[in-house]
Order: sequence, then structure tokens, then C-alpha cells
Amino acid sequence: MKIVCRCEDVTEEEIIEAIDQGYTTLEELKRHLRVGTGPCQGRTCMKIIEKILAKKLGKNIDELKKTTVRPPLKPVPLYIYGDEDEE
Amino acid sequence: MKSKAEVVIIGGGITGCGVAYNLAKKGLTDVVLVEKNYLASGATGRCGGGIRQQFTTEWNIKLAMESVKKFEKMNEELGIDIEYEQGGYLIIAVEENEVKEFKKNVKLQNKLGLDSKFISPSEAKEIVPYLNEEDILGATFCQSDGHAYPFRVVEGYAKRAEEMGVEINRFTEVKSIKKENGEIKSVMTNRGEIKTNIVVNAAGGYSREIGKMVGVKMPNKPFRHEILATERYKHILDPMIISFKYGIYFSQQRHGEIVGGIGDPDEPSSYNTKSSLKFVERFTSVLGKILPAFKNLNIVRQWAGFYDVTPDAQPILGYTEGVDTLIQANGYSGHGFMVAPKVTELIAELIVDGKTSLPIDELNLKRFEGETVGEAYVVG
Ligand SMILES: Cc1cc2nc3c(=O)[nH]c(=O)nc-3n(C[C@H](O)[C@H](O)[C@H](O)COP(=O)(O)OP(=O)(O)OC[C@H]3O[C@@H](n4cnc5c(N)ncnc54)[C@H](O)[C@@H]3O)c2cc1C
Ligand code: FES
Repeated sequence: MKIVCRCEDVTEEEIIEAIDQGYTTLEELKRHLRVGTGPCQGRTCMKIIEKILAKKLGKNIDELKKTTVRPPLKPVPLYIYGDEDEE
Repeated sequence: MKSKAEVVIIGGGITGCGVAYNLAKKGLTDVVLVEKNYLASGATGRCGGGIRQQFTTEWNIKLAMESVKKFEKMNEELGIDIEYEQGGYLIIAVEENEVKEFKKNVKLQNKLGLDSKFISPSEAKEIVPYLNEEDILGATFCQSDGHAYPFRVVEGYAKRAEEMGVEINRFTEVKSIKKENGEIKSVMTNRGEIKTNIVVNAAGGYSREIGKMVGVKMPNKPFRHEILATERYKHILDPMIISFKYGIYFSQQRHGEIVGGIGDPDEPSSYNTKSSLKFVERFTSVLGKILPAFKNLNIVRQWAGFYDVTPDAQPILGYTEGVDTLIQANGYSGHGFMVAPKVTELIAELIVDGKTSLPIDELNLKRFEGETVGEAYVVG
């Protein structure tokens, strides 16, 4: 058993099973298994998941539709944005 | 892909998938659903998943209550965990006129059997210990309101519908609709033609584009709504908190993220789904007023989707005058997820039985020719 997404505790087997079930895009895998939505926002796991998906579909990695990169790229404390007068 | 079907459903969000499921459940399985992207790629997959019954019109209250009955049984019925929680909705009153309005609305809701109540600021603080009760004048609370994970609901509907014989085609876009003498003949997609007489317009924010394909003018307008998620925290918040005055809503999901959004009255109608800094600034400054302790939370993600808005903030349901077999199921104006279980059943009844168990005539597209009374509670 190989854990691919540590934040969400998802294994390679689970990813392959989901692809077999028809979740054949990164965006669908993300919603179905929550891979890439943890605290690291996929920086640790998405590259590996792309490889697994590309291999299963017999495609090149650049042929896969990339998931949308959602801002912010690093966790940002809420108060940095607010108009609070402290800090 | 089939080249012929009794019904073609356009849109693979909660509406389209719900209609597919309910048609099949009623025995009509010669149905093809087409979705231009992946399932739940539209508003459904982007929404807050909030499920509320505290509305201001009798019809919306009834519809939401009927839907909650279905959400409560959904894990069993669909064989999937939809991550449903009934932590309640706390609607805060920050202005004097809201107090009066809220009390009146609770009366109507109670008359219809809903367990909502008007509570004092200190009672609200018992429900939400982090609440800044000094800035509120009271609140309404309904324990049986809650939220679920929209992607799972869609997944459940789609899987069960497919098992019963419905064909679901992802990455299939409707490009045009052929009609002769006011009758629909077929639907043209980027993957071929499907002959059909009945089309369900469940295209969400794109529904008016589907209307145009058969020469029907629809008043729906898409408006961007932004939303964000924080890191995961230990469980600190049971209910969804909303304020109509501020246009804000937020809740804590089962996995610990706080998810919330705030409407922008200056937002123009468009198909823009970009994320903005202005949104985060507005959200955090209002959140800080309601729950001062929350200003230190870390945001990990922000995104946006469309509200498909009608002039009276009520959905458009039923037959289309002039092109009778185009069935409308759109225009939810920002609260379409929570009412979908009942609405999609009504649409299936209309198609299979020719009549519905709750009246939907007043929601017909033709109402926009006259005057209408709208829903006042519009937010998450
Ligand atoms: C930020 C945000 C928060 C929200 N929060 C809540 C909430 O808390 N509670 C609630 O009840 N509601 C909420 N809503 C509203 C809710 O998301 C929608 O009302 C609901 O999801 C509508 O579902 P739908 O299936 O009708 O439309 P959609 O989910 O938008 O589905 C329409 C589908 O049609 C497809 N489509 C469009 N054109 C075509 C075509 N030509 N061919 C093929 N397919 C096509 C689209 O790709 C899309 O997938 C929120 C909305 C947003 C944007
Ligand atoms: S490892 Fe997958 S989201 Fe962090």
C-alpha cells in the first residue's frame, strides 16, 4: 500500500480504482477523493497523481487537463486581508 | 452515445442528475444526460452545500422542508455517504427592521411545521460560543438546517440513474437544438445528434443560452459568487451562520475547513469565475465583526461560480410556452442545491405523469410577462 496524498491519506490503489470507475480527469479525482485539497494544496501529491493518471490512460502528462490553481498558493492568515488596525 | 432517446437532459449538476435519477425511479429510463464538462463542474461543485429551510414564502419553505426529508434518507437511498450534517442555520439580525421581519417569518415557518425559532443574543452565544453577541440584536435558529457535500450527492444520483439504464455523457456539449413547427426534433452535440422530443434545460448559468437555441428569451442572468476555504481546525462551529444584511454565510465542514462566501452588490452580470482579493478583504472584515477569534484562520483555497439569477429570485420550472416540450429547471438564484431533491422529483412527475404533487404553475417562465412577488432571503 503506497500513500500518495499524505494530507488526505489516499493510496495509489484507491487512485487507480477511482480511474477504473470513470474518474478520468485530475479535476474529478480531486473532487472524488479530495486528493490535492489538503493543507499542502497538492504540492506534494499532484505530480505523482498526474503520472499515475497519464500511465493508466496511456497519455503524456502534458496531454492531461491541468486542474485550476486556486489562490492563495500558501496558506494565508485571514487577518492579513482584513482591514484590522492591529499587528 | 445513443442517437435517440425519449428525454435529453442538458446539464450534469445536481438538477440534471437529480432529474435523471427521478425519471429512472419512475420507470422512464430511455434518457440521455449530456454535460459539457465533468459532472458537478458548474455551480453545484462550487457551492457551499448549505441546506436551509428558513425562507420567507410558503412555497420555498415547503419545498425546502420536503427536500430535507429526502436529504435525511439519502445515504440509504443512494448508497453513498453525502456527508450530511444537521448543525442548524443561525441567521443573525444586525438591524432593528430585521428583528421584526425575522419574527414574522418564523411565524409563517412554524405554521408550516418548521422547527425554527427567534432567539436572543445570549441564546445565540450558547449555540456559537465564539459569537460577538454585542453586535447582534437577535437571531433565528433552525436545528434541522445543515449542509452536505454536493459532489457526493451528484455522484449518488448519477450512479443510481446509470444503474437503472440512463446514459450519462460527460464532455459532451449541446451546440444547437432542431425544432419544426414548435416541436423539438433533436439535440446536436459536439459528439453527434440525439433525436428526441423532450429536452430538460438544467444548464444552470447557461440556461438562457439553451433558451436562445430554440428562440426562447429567458430573463436569467449569471452573476459571479466567490467562496473560500480555510485550513482544517478542530470542531468549533456547529451551525451555518448567515447574515442577509452583510450577505455573508459560513460553516465548518466535517473535515474541519471553514467554508464561506459573501455577496458583492456591485458585481456586474458576467461569466467571470476569477478569484479576487477584494472578496477576501470583504469576507474577512465582516467575519471579524461576527466572530473576532476567527480572523487568525489560514485560507488555503478560494474559487468562484455563478448564481443563475431571475428577476424575482425564484426558479423557473415547467413547460415553455411556444416550445412546450422544453422543460425548464433553472434560475435558482443562489439556492438551488438545497431544494434540488424535491424540485427534481417534481420535474420527473411533470414529464411522466403530466402533473405535479406540489403546484409549480406560478414558477412558469411566462410569469415574467406580469408582476411577481419574490423571495427576500437570498444568500447561502
Ligand atoms: C459560490 C456559490 C455558493 C453557493 N452556495 C449554495 C448553498 O450553500 N446552498 C445552495 O442550495 N445553493 C448554493 N449555491 C447555488 C447552487 O450551487 C446552484 O443553485 C445549484 O448548484 C444549481 O445546480 P444546477 O444543476 O441547476 O446547475 P449547475 O450545477 O451549474 O449545472 C449546470 C451544468 O450544465 C452544464 N452545461 C451548461 N451548458 C451546457 C451545454 N450547452 N451542453 C452541456 N452541458 C452544459 C454546465 O457545465 C454545468 O455543469 C451556490 C452557488 C455558488 C456559485
Ligand atoms: S499531499 Fe495531497 S494535498 Fe497534501
